[in-house]
Amino acid sequence: MTEVLAVVCTLLVVLAVSFYLSWRASRLDRLHTRLETAQAALDAALARRGAVVGELAASGVLGPAAGVLLSDAAARARRAEDRAEREVAESNLSRVLRAVLAEAGDLAADGDLLAEVHAAARHVHIARRFYNDTVTAVHTARSSRLVGVLHLAGHARLPAYFEMDDEPPGLPDPHWPDPEGGNDR
Amino acid sequence: MRVGLVCPYTWDVPGGVQQHVGDLAEALMELGHEVSVLAPCDSDTELPAHIVSAGRAVPVPYNGSVARLAFGLRAANRVRRWIREGAFDVLHVHEPAAPSLSLLACWVADGPIVATCHTSNPRSRAMAASAGMLKTALEKVNGSIAVSEAARKTLVEHLGGDAVLIPNGVWVRRYADAEPLPGWPGPGGAIGFLGRMDEPRKGLAVLLEAFNDLGRRRPGLRLLLAGPGDADEARARVAPDLRDRVTVLGRVSEADKARVYHSVDVFCAPNLGGESFGIVLTEAMASGAAVLASDIPAFRHVLRDGAAGELFTVADAGSLARRAAALLDDPARRQELSRAARRAVRAYDWPAVAADVVRVYQTVLPAGVGGLVGAGTDR
Repeated sequence: MTEVLAVVCTLLVVLAVSFYLSWRASRLDRLHTRLETAQAALDAALARRGAVVGELAASGVLGPAAGVLLSDAAARARRAEDRAEREVAESNLSRVLRAVLAEAGDLAADGDLLAEVHAAARHVHIARRFYNDTVTAVHTARSSRLVGVLHLAGHARLPAYFEMDDEPPGLPDPHWPDPEGGNDR
Repeated sequence: MRVGLVCPYTWDVPGGVQQHVGDLAEALMELGHEVSVLAPCDSDTELPAHIVSAGRAVPVPYNGSVARLAFGLRAANRVRRWIREGAFDVLHVHEPAAPSLSLLACWVADGPIVATCHTSNPRSRAMAASAGMLKTALEKVNGSIAVSEAARKTLVEHLGGDAVLIPNGVWVRRYADAEPLPGWPGPGGAIGFLGRMDEPRKGLAVLLEAFNDLGRRRPGLRLLLAGPGDADEARARVAPDLRDRVTVLGRVSEADKARVYHSVDVFCAPNLGGESFGIVLTEAMASGAAVLASDIPAFRHVLRDGAAGELFTVADAGSLARRAAALLDDPARRQELSRAARRAVRAYDWPAVAADVVRVYQTVLPAGVGGLVGAGTDR
């Protein structure tokens, strides 16, 4: 009788442990999916910013010198090969964009294109923050000893943070038309 | 885009989060999105078509006070059904750390989830004690929004995540034009205050102390106080001979709120701190009031370091009195501040804020595929 009880107890424990482990594994799996989505969103946001900046440079609304600066920075960001090089190039693009738009102030004419540039820069900021937040979540989940010993994470590599200067250009006042008309600053 | 918003607190009780969710829903619909809001509701009052009741909330002690929350399995089932029927592109939960509908939504939902954190609480015991459990539920959140730097800090410290900053919105057009209350501001000038009068952190005491000094020097200067609280208690803080120059309106309607901002020469926000975001401040700015606010980080930020409103030393009645006197004597400066405020507040106009929230939605949607939010039963 006691033997039967022992077997039943053991089976129950094994069942509970396997349920727990599969739950942990599925959590980790979901985190990895989230990471892939966040990475794709960041790549897309950076690519879109590059394209919009290229268009801004080509449009000539900011003058030829600013256009050359912008298209050079955008091209370097596009051609960057490894991760470290990309982080530097994208940061440079952020800095050039800020400098050029601050310099243009309220003189830049094409409102739609500028709004698009601001939106694209903001997208980069949001996407990078969400990506890095996800990297933190993955690191936390994988730092557990259980995950390490049982290889619950499989062969997925530990993700790295994407470090860059993603500060969007400041919004000049004229971005919102003055209600009284005219800029009285 | 089909958006599902989850509000953890009872819809028919006024509160900052409820107001935020309601306004965001309206602004998103104006931008052409389809929105459904799930919230606990106590009464059977007629709700707008886009608000879905999740049933009654139950009063339970939580985090040092009694909160009305919906937390049981029945509430979880309602959330599940709402998610299935809604077929949302993105689920947006508010205050996900509150043990209520938002947390349940994170628990049952699969798919793109966005969370907004409103609380700024440097020492939330409840959050610290349950950080492990919260982390598990919040693992599914693809991206978080914080309404203020303080709220973001709370999130980082307690849960180790990060968030993008998107401030609270204000409907600028609802405040831009309003008729002053009859007889206000009057020839002697008027200073206004709006907020809970019995909440020490709102700093009304500092303003009243300053008025004892200002009122003596400026015969005819009046004080207009609006907000819930004991009128007699407020008046008692003012010297007896000045009491008839203090008008207390008590709680005012939304429409009258706008009129209050338009009824004064100087609007004063004497808060002592702990204010994660000055809604009152943006409302006053949208009304074009000349604002005089205490120099706390949140106010300094909204007022653009003093360009869109004067700042005075926190809790210093003398500093308040000096600045107020200077403003009352200088109509040109008030005009200038009013214009700067109207311009600065456009960054907080709901259409602009909602457009930024939509950018967050776009970021969490898997590129190319319309990922619907599901509610599997396996977890």
